[in-house]
Amino acid sequence: MPAPVIDVWSRPFWQAARERRFILPRCRDSGRCFFPPAPVSPFTGRPHVEWVEAAGEGSLWSFVVFHQTYFDDFPPPYAVVMVELDEGPMFLANLRGADPSELSIGQRMRIVFDEERNGIVLPQFEIVR
Amino acid sequence: MLPPMRTPGISTPWPLRDKVAFVGIGTSAFGSFPDNDTYGLGAEALNRALDDAGLSVRDIDGLIVNRIPSYERFAEMMGISPQFCLLTESPGRFSGVSLALAMQAVVTGAAEVVALVYGNNGRSVRVRYGGGDSQWSAWGMTSPGAIHAMMWRRHMHLYGTTHADLGWVAEAFRDHACRNPDAVMYGRPITREDHATARPICEPLRLLDYCLINDGAVAWIVTSAERARDLRRPPVLISAYARQDCFRYGSAPPTDFWQESLGAVRRLIYTRAGFGPEDIQGLGIYDNFTPTVMFSLEGMGFCAPGESGDFVKGGTLRLGQGRWPTNTSGGHLSNSYMQGWEIIAECVRQLRGECGARQIPNCQAMQYICATNIAQSIILRRG
Repeated sequence: MPAPVIDVWSRPFWQAARERRFILPRCRDSGRCFFPPAPVSPFTGRPHVEWVEAAGEGSLWSFVVFHQTYFDDFPPPYAVVMVELDEGPMFLANLRGADPSELSIGQRMRIVFDEERNGIVLPQFEIVR
Repeated sequence: MLPPMRTPGISTPWPLRDKVAFVGIGTSAFGSFPDNDTYGLGAEALNRALDDAGLSVRDIDGLIVNRIPSYERFAEMMGISPQFCLLTESPGRFSGVSLALAMQAVVTGAAEVVALVYGNNGRSVRVRYGGGDSQWSAWGMTSPGAIHAMMWRRHMHLYGTTHADLGWVAEAFRDHACRNPDAVMYGRPITREDHATARPICEPLRLLDYCLINDGAVAWIVTSAERARDLRRPPVLISAYARQDCFRYGSAPPTDFWQESLGAVRRLIYTRAGFGPEDIQGLGIYDNFTPTVMFSLEGMGFCAPGESGDFVKGGTLRLGQGRWPTNTSGGHLSNSYMQGWEIIAECVRQLRGECGARQIPNCQAMQYICATNIAQSIILRRG
């Protein structure tokens, strides 16, 4: 499995994911969430950042279906969905529990968590039915 | 009492307008050359550019290399002793950035004659675009093509554009490559039907929406417009360059198709040049993927946002058919993947009238457009 980017700033995100919680960094000055995690807020450049529990829901912005093998653990075809989270940032992940033919842009999506592999739990998306 | 402060008025021309000129252009052969590398290919291109300009390496006092690992080794190898020398980053947006740096060097006196050399042996060393660790690779989201596929799907949803619209771009550029004996895809015409039925790579994009991967090199030599008048070739002047960066997409595909940053470039570029699109005969558009061409046309105002599909229908970008012949050498899609360097070289050749079967009639000015997170445009004109 290609390794996620885990640095000192994103470590709390991945620790929370292992507990099947979806958290986001939020700028304390503007109240806006952002991703990827960083030492400072992209809205102010200041280190006034806190972690908040996110709803884990959003709307489908777009999606693609890969037909090329880039990683051994991702035999094609597989879908990647880009979701605009209700808190603001975009989050990209795979589609769970549905076929890509069921996707339509704008539909509601919800975070679900994969089984733990190599100490990592990946947040994924399912369609809100 | 202090005299009133003198401030530049709105009508003050851009100080770099027509100050720097292309005086030499050279390319290596394009293809697969496992017995060569970026140093050998770069040297081949630079020697051709020197011969084109009527200069020798002793005349070069500025050097910018791109995708060649070491500027120092390249200068050492060529016997160049510059007073200005650097290596620029490898993404294709740096072709335009490198040119701007060279212009700044010339006008500030940091160097008089700057050679810019790009070399790529990605085909022979089997460079893969995609794979590796990046922000979204844990989810299998990788490769520049996937970013453009994500954006085009959204564009289709918002505006009713289709994958078939992209076929007009692929077909036009392949037609141009078939008029260019140096193109990798010379002699291999395609139809829009071929584009529609090509194998999917990252849907909604298919094989013929993707650029080539081939080996090759391109060299440019630039100097002051004044010095250019004494050299062998008819000078091609850089009338305008404009750039706007946008780095706030949260490591995700750009959600506005670069319209904001390209719009900022559009508001500067024609004013800087002193003339507008009506005086421009052809375009060079950075075509890593077919949708980039559509985003460029919309962002630069050739059509309204969302209308690029209708705009390209009927061959608007095709030489001999439409108002805006674009990428007349075949572009990245069908000529050579030289990351903007060869597209800009083709603009220079058009303005010198050297393009033979693919010459734009009475070509006086050309515009280059690059839709990326460093959005840029360049306007060149006959000197």
